[in-house]
Parts: sequence; structure tokens; C-alpha cells
Amino acid sequence: MADTPGFFGRLANPTFFLKLSGAVLPWLTGLTVILMLVGLYLVFFFAPPDYQQGETVKIMFIHAPSAWLAMMGYSIVTIASIGSLIWRHPMADVAAKAALPIGACFTLLALITGSLWGKPMWGTYWVWDARLTSVLILFFLYLGLMALWQAIEEPSRAGRAAAILAIVGSVNLPIIKFSVDWWHTLHQPASLTRLDAPAIHPSILIPLLVMMVAFTALFFVLHLTAMRTEVLRRRVQALRLTQVDAARAGEGARA
Amino acid sequence: MNALLDLGQHAGFIWAAYGATVIVLAGLITWIRADARHQLRLLEELEAQGVQRRSARAGSPKANKQRARRS
Repeated sequence: MADTPGFFGRLANPTFFLKLSGAVLPWLTGLTVILMLVGLYLVFFFAPPDYQQGETVKIMFIHAPSAWLAMMGYSIVTIASIGSLIWRHPMADVAAKAALPIGACFTLLALITGSLWGKPMWGTYWVWDARLTSVLILFFLYLGLMALWQAIEEPSRAGRAAAILAIVGSVNLPIIKFSVDWWHTLHQPASLTRLDAPAIHPSILIPLLVMMVAFTALFFVLHLTAMRTEVLRRRVQALRLTQVDAARAGEGARA
Repeated sequence: MNALLDLGQHAGFIWAAYGATVIVLAGLITWIRADARHQLRLLEELEAQGVQRRSARAGSPKANKQRARRS
């Protein structure tokens, strides 16, 4: 590594990370609360009912951000896993591991809110079509990765195994994204990320964008906090090991 | 309030979706905060017992620098 590490090099130093994230978190938390309040106000007192769906369109304002974070969370896990395998840096493992339960929760929310939206609009809570099934697989991938971290005690070995599984599982991301174009499905195609202008009127688009940003800010508040905790957990483990080593050395000296 | 928030015939589904979101996110936030506090307390306890990390002890460049400064 270079003598003078760049910004990311320094960020990969756990002590520097704790310092920087500690300074950023209060501001990010405040921003999240404000964005959530503004977003919910816009959703319930500004956004009109949809001309086809009526008021059930209100579910979209939590369903779409949850689905976005389900995907973004797994993208973070994948990128961190690649970083972990290439540079063998513990902070990459920390980033990947800390994102798992958060991504799993948002994936679960995308499934629940989608199901509750599907019943009044499609007439069913669930269909085994490409979009819904691939998101369910994403949820199981998150759970599998969490279980793998639990199953292997030594963090560096758990990190490598989880990184390999995460990268293999990332093949699911484009499948989810393009499932609505590749297969016949009940799920509507993308409305926001189109090459032409978004297919949504500003009165609904603006509240949706505010909720997207609010949910994303919440994700990063939780991810940074969980990463900090993971760094502390590793320090606790390291201290316990030195405690055990010291006790053994003491016994050895007496014997 | 009720007039403003008349969510029509499918109101139950809308409230259920928002309710589920609040429950799941509240649970996640509570768990992450509790875990953070727990690890912080464990670390403080160990440090109070005088256990030091290897990097803070003899042999590491940082510790050597500190020792050099003291002498």
C-alpha cells in the first residue's frame, strides 16, 4: 500500500472510520427525520389518488423505496464482497456483514407491502411470477448470508465464505431488475428509471422522490451504526483473545 | 382529519402496509441500537479491566513511538 493513503485508504482504517462516522451520524439522523416527516406529509396531504388505482397508490410510496433499498443493499454487499476478496480488508467484511439485516428487512417490507397492494389491485396477495419470485429469492439470499456469518466463528473465514456466496448470488440482481421486461408478469414495468421521462405526474413523483431519499438516508444511518457496532464487536473479540493469551502465559510461567 | 384521510374502500390494505413498515423498521432500529450499546458496554468493561489491544502494547510502531516520547 502507498505511504500516503488516499481518502478511501484512510476510511478503511477502523479508528478513522469510527471518528468520521461519529461526526456524520447525528446530521444524517436529523436529515432522515426531517425527510421522513416531509415525505409522509406530502404522501397523505398532497399526493392525489391515482386515476386508476385510487388511494391504494399510497402503498407505492413505501413499496418502491423498500424495493429500491432491497436492491441497493445487495449491491453494497456485492461491492464490499468483491473488495473483501481482492484487498482482504476487514472493513470490507464489516460493510458487507452490517448491510445484511438491513437489506433483509427492506426486502421483507417490499414483499409485504407489494402483497398488500397486489390484493386490491390484482386480486391476489401472491403469484409465482418472475418479479415476485426473484425478490423472494433475494430475501432468502440475505437470510442465507446472515446464517453463514453465524455458522463460521472466525471472522476472516466467515467473511471469505460469505463474500463468495454474495458474489454468486448477485446474478439475481439483473434478473430482478429486468424480470418485468423479460417475462410476462403481473408486476408493472419500471416507471422511474426509464430512458425517456418518468411516467409519473409531478404531484405523485415529488412525494415519491422525497420518500426514496428519506428511506435511503435511513438505510445509511442504520448501516453506518451497524458498521460501527461491528468494529466494536471485533475489538471486544480481540481484547478477549489477548485476555485469554495473558492468562495462559501466566499459567505457563507458574508451571 | 378523517375527511382528509379518507382512504376509500381499500383503506385497510393501506394502513396494514404502513403499519407493517412501522413495525419492521422500529424493530430493526431498536435491535441495531441495542446491539451498539451492548458492544460499547462490553468494550468499556474490558478496558476498565486494563486489557489492551496488541496494537496498543509493546512491539507496535505506535507503542514504540509513545515509549520514545516518554523516555
